[in-house]
Amino acid sequence: MHPTDFTLAGALAALNEGAISAEELTRAHVAAVEALNPKLNAFITTTSEKALDAARASDARRKRGEAGPLEGIPLAIKDLFCTEGVRTTAGSKILGNFIPPYESTVTAQLKRDGAVFLGKANLDEFAMGSSNLTSAYGGVLNPWQRKDDPSARLVPGGSSGGSAAAVAARMALGATGTDTGGSIRQPAAFCGITGIKPTYGRCSRFGIVAFASSLDQAGPFARTVEDCAILLRSMAGHDPKDSTSANQPVPDFAAACGRSVKGMRIGVPREYRLDGMPAEIEKLWRQGLDWLRDAGAEIVDISLPHTKYALPTYYIVAPAEASSNLARYDGVRFGLRVAEKDSDLRDLYERTRAEGFGAEVRRRIMIGTYVLSAGYYDAYYLKAQKIRALIASDFDAAWAKVDAIVTPATPSAAFAEGENADDPVKMYLNDVFTVTANLAGLPGLALPTGLDHQGLPLGLQVIGRAFDEETVFAVGAALERAADFKAMPAMRAGA
Amino acid sequence: MTYIVEGESGPWEVVIGLEVHAQITSNAKLFSGAATAFGAEPNAQVSFIDAGFPGMLPVINHECVAQAVRTGLGLNAKVNLWSRFDRKNYFYADLPQGYQISQYAHPIIGEGAIDIELADGSTKTIGITRLHLEQDAGKSQHDQHPTKSFIDLNRSGVALMEVVSEPDMRSPEEAGAYLTKLRQIMRYLGTCDGNMDEGSMRADVNVSVRKAGEGFRTRCEVKNVNSIRFVMQAVETEARRQVEVWESGGTVEQETRLFDTSRGITRSMRSKEDAHDYRYFPDPDLPPLVIDAAWVEGLKAALPELPDARRARYVRDYGITPYDAHVLTLERETAAYYETVAKGRDAKQAANWVMGDLFAAINRTKSSIAEPPVSAADLGALLDLMADGTLSGKLAKEVFEVMVETGRAPGAIVEERGLKQVTDTGAIEAVIDQVLAANADKVAEYRSGKDKLFGFFVGQTMKAMQGKGNPALVNDVLKQKLS
Repeated sequence: MHPTDFTLAGALAALNEGAISAEELTRAHVAAVEALNPKLNAFITTTSEKALDAARASDARRKRGEAGPLEGIPLAIKDLFCTEGVRTTAGSKILGNFIPPYESTVTAQLKRDGAVFLGKANLDEFAMGSSNLTSAYGGVLNPWQRKDDPSARLVPGGSSGGSAAAVAARMALGATGTDTGGSIRQPAAFCGITGIKPTYGRCSRFGIVAFASSLDQAGPFARTVEDCAILLRSMAGHDPKDSTSANQPVPDFAAACGRSVKGMRIGVPREYRLDGMPAEIEKLWRQGLDWLRDAGAEIVDISLPHTKYALPTYYIVAPAEASSNLARYDGVRFGLRVAEKDSDLRDLYERTRAEGFGAEVRRRIMIGTYVLSAGYYDAYYLKAQKIRALIASDFDAAWAKVDAIVTPATPSAAFAEGENADDPVKMYLNDVFTVTANLAGLPGLALPTGLDHQGLPLGLQVIGRAFDEETVFAVGAALERAADFKAMPAMRAGA
Repeated sequence: MTYIVEGESGPWEVVIGLEVHAQITSNAKLFSGAATAFGAEPNAQVSFIDAGFPGMLPVINHECVAQAVRTGLGLNAKVNLWSRFDRKNYFYADLPQGYQISQYAHPIIGEGAIDIELADGSTKTIGITRLHLEQDAGKSQHDQHPTKSFIDLNRSGVALMEVVSEPDMRSPEEAGAYLTKLRQIMRYLGTCDGNMDEGSMRADVNVSVRKAGEGFRTRCEVKNVNSIRFVMQAVETEARRQVEVWESGGTVEQETRLFDTSRGITRSMRSKEDAHDYRYFPDPDLPPLVIDAAWVEGLKAALPELPDARRARYVRDYGITPYDAHVLTLERETAAYYETVAKGRDAKQAANWVMGDLFAAINRTKSSIAEPPVSAADLGALLDLMADGTLSGKLAKEVFEVMVETGRAPGAIVEERGLKQVTDTGAIEAVIDQVLAANADKVAEYRSGKDKLFGFFVGQTMKAMQGKGNPALVNDVLKQKLS
């Protein structure tokens, strides 16, 4: 078996048994990154030498009997997580030269547990996008190909497109992502892998470049539900450095993957049945529900009446927060500075930000600035906050009737570069099934359960109660067992 | 006494409200662990949070919250158990995050009131609208280099309380008295050191003028005035300016003005049209600030005695005049000094000495009550020497001057100058030996039973010692030598 074909759990077992060393495992992945990255562009920065050093140190720890829960596991880190001494760009030109002198809490915990970092994964600029095409470092190629048109350049989704592509193409056993409106779940679905956005507050946001603070949440990508559960356990936990991180115990998520769904009530929200939804998405959804019914779950029709307002609400709240969060990129203290010899302060700001930010980021800063402006605040931001509360209360009402909710993860399979480029609103529709979980702060997991007519992966989403990722993992694992998804992307290591 | 600006059209009344920015006394900043001490090297006290680095998040400093609550309690104000932080967005080079974290819509402290004391002995109640917590910005230095500006972020993120008053003041004197009282209360509470020359306290002064019986006219805000004297001057000059504008047929426009201390005038900084749109919205990095009623009660119970209460107690318990009590309680350090001196002594005499000789000595030596030329313990000891008759009042004044000069204790000075009783047994023995040798006949009489002669020996000894021999010791030694 090629080392890049291991699941994360399988690799841990092999490392524990001494069947493979961390150095061998990392070397295989470094080779995969070097072979595939020129085509896929999944990494903005690779840190192969550091990774091999870390792997050797990991082998030494294991030898001393000090192996952590992720000892020797090679991972890709979304380039939104600050990593000490390693350039962190957020996919933006404005941070092109930024080397953080500090480490994010999530990556520090992964390191603490023995993980090896292969490099910094590509993403939409400041995590704003659903295609990875807004990255200042170029788009990421989805490793899957259409049966009828293998040369079409498919996007991996976004914003965590590099992370998803890297895991799908077997360049890494797992990856970190962040999800503000679907940025883990949509790329996971497009790339045929699994990803979870945990409950808001489950993972610390400290050291993650902020997009929209009230929605941003870190989560893992991997190729199985159990692997995600293993990674999330290391990433999660209360952090006194993030006032919004929750002081909640971190359960053994992997153990929950084995729980039976028998007797569970699974909600099917009628508002997620969109007009014009492709028949194969509809079929995928019904199939998933049938599998769960076969496994002993009860399927319950529910209503989440404010769903139709979720997308507009999201596209007010997220840009509003972003417009403020991104004010610090001003060319004064770090990152890009563009100034003429006689530039005054205003000129410095204008040049730096005009050259440093791409079009999508500038668009969202302008939208956010507009909706917070005097005279518009009540009509936009305040109203959006009220609707957000209603969306959350829709879910609260649903939890009286069901234990988890299952929906499609995305309205379509991966699209090709340029296909949604003409209209930003069309692009924003990619988040239609995922934004609600962000607005309500709930955990959502996406996993592949089938293929479309072009042989591209399609995914389902499982949404759970706040801080009940265990049920989400249990339902996800049940779907995974039933779906027995074995398809693999055309471009991958060892292929 | 009504303060009036006499215009050509008759008298005008002045209406004043103050927004005071007071730096909270705390070891660390409002949302980071960086230090706050004044006078550090530029940018020596800056965390990545204060510098607005990517991914950095604010975490509230609980001590700063406690300080705000203490201050609110000291201002007799409502403490809001639920408050919230908002972002005030604007771009400036010394504002690293691009926004200031402040409490716009929901301040931690609501309405309150304080009494101010005026020169004619009257008091007036001034309403407090609110007090909220916010971060300070850094400091831009435009005068260090011909073509560059420098930024010092030491102040960036330092905790401030903004105390907003009602427009209840009607004269420069009242504005000055209000600031004085506010400063006094915060210094008593230990919540702000009130050092205006270090920027620990600064005021935005809102001024308008009106004819008697009118509603409010348009006000102007004079920004960042950094001394009580300047606040009073700014009120005076701004009121006169507004009267001139109205009387020349013009209209006072709402605007932000600066007080030019060298020329004693205010000038326009920005008009209402140029006012920033700060795009306030709740800071999503910080959950609402929820505090516990029991915790507030605990802080309340632990509050130090405040100036008004202390003044009343001095009048009641020490029997000093209200004026003396006012003077002695102006500064917490003065009050503490006074109480040390007065404890177990004549309180009126103590007050006279503190307000008279001590204050004069402080002025003369350019020292302060915090570092006085004579310690309270030493002044107390001096009073004791007067009480036991060692020193006359006149001698005590002389000794006090020596204490100021030398910093030595009164006892040592008295001893050195031969003003003190002799308690050295050896010296007493020597004198007694001489006395007994010179009166050998009387010694023989005494030893043969004439006990009454003991008093004679005491008298002779004391005489030889010019009255400075310690009577008890003289008795002891005599008894021993005559036995």
